[in-house]
Amino acid sequence: MAAIAETATSRLQLGPIFRDAVLAALVALVLSGPIMGLQTADASGGQGLVLNFRPAWVLWTVGVVFVGRLLLGFWWAHRAGRAVETPRALKALGAFLARIETPLGYAGVGFAIALPFLWFADRYVIDVATTVLIYVMLGWGLNVVVGLAGLLDLGYVAFYAVGAYSFALLAHHFQFTFWEALPLAGAFAAFFGIVLGFPVLRLRGDYLAIVTLGFGEIIRIVLINWWHVTGGPNGISNIPRPSFFGMPFQRNAPEGVTTFHQFFGLEFSPEHRIIFLYFVILALALITNLFTLRLRRLPIGRAWEALREDEIACRALGINPTNTKLSAFAIGAMLGGFAGAFFATRQGFISPESFTFIESAIILAIVVLGGMGSQTGVVLAALVLVTLPEFGRQFAEFRMLLFGAAMVAIMVWRPRGLLAYREPSIRLHRKGSGA
Amino acid sequence: MSARKPLLEVEHLVMRFGGLVAVADLSLTAYQREITAIIGPNGAGKTTVFNCLTGFYKPTSGRLSLHHPDAIYLLEQMEGFRIASQAGVARTFQNIRLFPGMTALENLIVAQHNRLMRASGFSVAGLLGLPVYRNAERAAVDKARHWLQRVGLEERADWEAGNLPYGAQRRLEIARAMCTDPILLCLDEPAAGLNPRESAELNALLLSIRDEAGIGIMLIEHDMSVVMGISDHVIVLDYGRKIADGTPDEVRRDPNVIKAYLGEEETEELPPEVAADIPELRE
Repeated sequence: MAAIAETATSRLQLGPIFRDAVLAALVALVLSGPIMGLQTADASGGQGLVLNFRPAWVLWTVGVVFVGRLLLGFWWAHRAGRAVETPRALKALGAFLARIETPLGYAGVGFAIALPFLWFADRYVIDVATTVLIYVMLGWGLNVVVGLAGLLDLGYVAFYAVGAYSFALLAHHFQFTFWEALPLAGAFAAFFGIVLGFPVLRLRGDYLAIVTLGFGEIIRIVLINWWHVTGGPNGISNIPRPSFFGMPFQRNAPEGVTTFHQFFGLEFSPEHRIIFLYFVILALALITNLFTLRLRRLPIGRAWEALREDEIACRALGINPTNTKLSAFAIGAMLGGFAGAFFATRQGFISPESFTFIESAIILAIVVLGGMGSQTGVVLAALVLVTLPEFGRQFAEFRMLLFGAAMVAIMVWRPRGLLAYREPSIRLHRKGSGA
Repeated sequence: MSARKPLLEVEHLVMRFGGLVAVADLSLTAYQREITAIIGPNGAGKTTVFNCLTGFYKPTSGRLSLHHPDAIYLLEQMEGFRIASQAGVARTFQNIRLFPGMTALENLIVAQHNRLMRASGFSVAGLLGLPVYRNAERAAVDKARHWLQRVGLEERADWEAGNLPYGAQRRLEIARAMCTDPILLCLDEPAAGLNPRESAELNALLLSIRDEAGIGIMLIEHDMSVVMGISDHVIVLDYGRKIADGTPDEVRRDPNVIKAYLGEEETEELPPEVAADIPELRE
């Protein structure tokens, strides 16, 4: 670093940059040698696997890394002494989005309501949109814990799982319908949120993240191993679908039950149920949004934000940190539980496979990329993170690479997320009144 | 002045950290409607006393009784946040602890959390938007506005607290403490980092709080112009013990205090420009 700083004033020093590039190339050689240089292939004639050597791949990798590192070195030397700056375009985009956030929100809701009736909306589009909305709802739920209360939770998927399994088991053993089980699923998840909250009350930051990560894994492993209750890795199937005020979406109804298409005099179509599910999650997500926006303007929401800013000052003001944290965990978990119950009824089948750590990571990424505490940011991030892989299906192998690169770029240039603007929960003066 | 009524009685307070005795057998009394200053050299245990008072430390032994008109609270037995919410002890910090990302107004509203929380029916009435809660919130904003005016920050109510200038942050922290409706206000070095004009304004603010709100104020301070200018009562600590207790004038003349601040038998060796600043040596 010292060498780089010097070059700002004196002549460009080639030595250190060159050495650095050689070192990087060596690391690339060590890494790519076994990973890219060797390939296992099916030998013809059923002789099992054979190894192919691919020296060209290794050479290319080493060459690219060497040249890339060299260019990077020159670039750093060129701009040494200047701070990392957000590219103007990204900054402008963020400011622009913050300014049009409210109209954008209304337009988004209008578009979401109209979507199933638009010309391009086939079953695939609505399915993807439903998935996006599930993640939007999860993002808004996690936003309470991470964005408002500032408690880094890496195991959020646990509450999603609790909600899904609550509904599945209630339906399986006690014949609960979706609408009956939904509040209970939320209540169970909230209960688990409090159970997790108690032991981690003293922890903050990295330590909290590790414990919540562990909690997420515990739930998943319990689901796998407690097979006589949860069905183990086989999961639970035949989860009932939601009905429209008691009218099922079926071609042939059982005796004495009117189906949806009979009641409305429509031709039976499996798309009715898809569209109905879409509207259910849209309504759930919008309720979540209104609920959390409202909470933010209440004393409890302000206390969460105050806790995020300074816990010691909170105690000095007589705010009970225990209750405040537990309520954040419980409410965040409850929203996750609702989403989980919806997920179960939509899929009709759940297994522990659906609740792995990567789900937690994606939900957290949605919150962080969107801008902690920003409702619109969560929608944008969910839209990008869920639909990008859909567009990029042909580059499936590079999806995680793109994902990682996008994360790094955002963290370097906009460390507080795309929409990092915070709107005060209450104002004394009118907005923009100069004061 | 009418008979002084004790507000806070500290009896035989001891605070030990392992082998280190930060406060050793300290007894003192702070009175209602008075400003009590605690002074002493660095490491004398002043902030430790404050931390015991406000529940951040649990005292090793001793009794801290706070006299309300209708009850006596034993602070050493109370949980930290209840000392603020029930006993009515508010404090500020040596290194300012505002909520920097929230606006000045929000800082003052968070300070009224417990009353608002009850009014919002633990969020149920608030979620439904019932008039009970709306009225309570309006009252909270009025109170916040009152204190913003008192500390001269009404114009900047919607600024993020972290973006305010240093002196304004100090005043905002005092306003925030006052929004909790305290009976005892503990200020840890309120004048640190203030320029002489801001320091004079602070003196006026503290005197007006004492006279209008009628509460007791305790302050730790190094700035002698503040201590001598506004305190009714000064307590001097050294190595966790009380070495002097009295009016500012009495304390100023106390030989123990001079010894603690200047060291023993070394007064004659002081450079003349330092000695000139100490009134006791100027005769």
